[in-house]
Amino acid sequence: MIAQPFQYESPGTLQEAIALLQKYGDEAKILSGGHSLIPMMKLRFATPEYLIDINRIPNLAFIKEEGGHVRIGGLSREADLEHSELLAKHFPIFADVTKLIADPQVRNMGTIGGNLAHGDAANDHPAVMLALHATVVATGPEGEREIPIDEFFYGFYQTALAPDEILTEIRLPVPAHGTGSAYHKLERKVGDYATAGVAVQITLDKDSTVKYIGIGLTNVNPTPLRAERSEKALFGKALSETLIAEAAQYASEDCSPSSDLRGSEEYKRAMVAVLVKRMIHKAVERARQK
Amino acid sequence: MNKQITVTVNGTAHTLEVEPRLLLVHMIREVLSLTGTHIGCDTSSCGACTILLDGKSIKSCTVLAVQADGKSVTTIEGVSAEGQMNPLQEGFHLNHALHCGFCTPGMILRATELLAHNPNPTEEEIRWGIAGNLCRCTGYNNIVKAIQYAGAKMQGKPLPSTEPEFV
Repeated sequence: MIAQPFQYESPGTLQEAIALLQKYGDEAKILSGGHSLIPMMKLRFATPEYLIDINRIPNLAFIKEEGGHVRIGGLSREADLEHSELLAKHFPIFADVTKLIADPQVRNMGTIGGNLAHGDAANDHPAVMLALHATVVATGPEGEREIPIDEFFYGFYQTALAPDEILTEIRLPVPAHGTGSAYHKLERKVGDYATAGVAVQITLDKDSTVKYIGIGLTNVNPTPLRAERSEKALFGKALSETLIAEAAQYASEDCSPSSDLRGSEEYKRAMVAVLVKRMIHKAVERARQK
Repeated sequence: MNKQITVTVNGTAHTLEVEPRLLLVHMIREVLSLTGTHIGCDTSSCGACTILLDGKSIKSCTVLAVQADGKSVTTIEGVSAEGQMNPLQEGFHLNHALHCGFCTPGMILRATELLAHNPNPTEEEIRWGIAGNLCRCTGYNNIVKAIQYAGAKMQGKPLPSTEPEFV
């Protein structure tokens, strides 16, 4: 399969890349890891006139801790996230999620910025970012703009990014002591999209009171979904099996999965409930290990 | 509009005029006539087109040739010197880790990076490590043994048995 012809640009600076995006508007696509975009171009689902390759722009790939946040550059590869000691220290969820994204070769190319900017509810990072209450940094002609993750996903392949903006960074609040996180997706085979996926981050104080809770759902809604009612049910309360069951029930009711080759709507709702329970337990176990 | 690129393939620099939409695997196979790199699924699922790009294993059916400009590519033709099998090739040979051989170049390039990071992988680490490479003949058991054999050989350690496993 061969893509439709396009003009290839490989700017050396962010300013140059943004100028090209301004010039070409929605005729242009940004090439990051390319492992969603190039397959779509080969199938001619995507037919950009201009391809702006940002891979030669320096300083877009980094993982560092600064001022109470962990900052991840948009061009950081999945393989970098997988092997980052800093992420492993604060967010064990990254070891869970990266292992389930495609396969090692794809993770050598695929980037976290691309995973989010693609705006696909089937991708795994969006749910994780919801659970971690991430902030997305978009850089455009006017400079940087911070977008809370809850305002980032709009619709099918739609995000809050303007056509002349590049997703340059993700900022994650460093979690408090007593925090654990976990992600799992049910998949038919290695590298498949989720039948259902659930991301959880939880902070407990000494009395097991929930001081922080984030729950994100993968591929069971037209957009990546925060399980709001589940979070509200848990927040500020002493954690119990009854509360966890209640939260799982709410998540399975509030999502909106479609029946497809991965399973019926009923089955997916049931799996959301199972995974919410399991991921809360796993996150709590990790919180208590610290 | 064509673009001029310079790519070092198996140690030799090539300067080429390419269409931006040319896939790296097509450049390797059709422009440079190195047909050891295979096209299986053409959708980045099967791993038959795996090569090393600056030492990292990637699926060359999902990378453009222009993305390799200024970089170094290693294909199966470049893994051994003077007709001698390298430890991975020897491991695959002795352990019967291939039947039809279609997946073998991709398996070997992927295993090259795996062993570079982890010279003593467990069976589980190997199975996760080659999760992006499909083999429809062997059932993988002998591939796992072949990679462990190569890891031992590269470190000068005692070599595991190469009795083939029939299952």
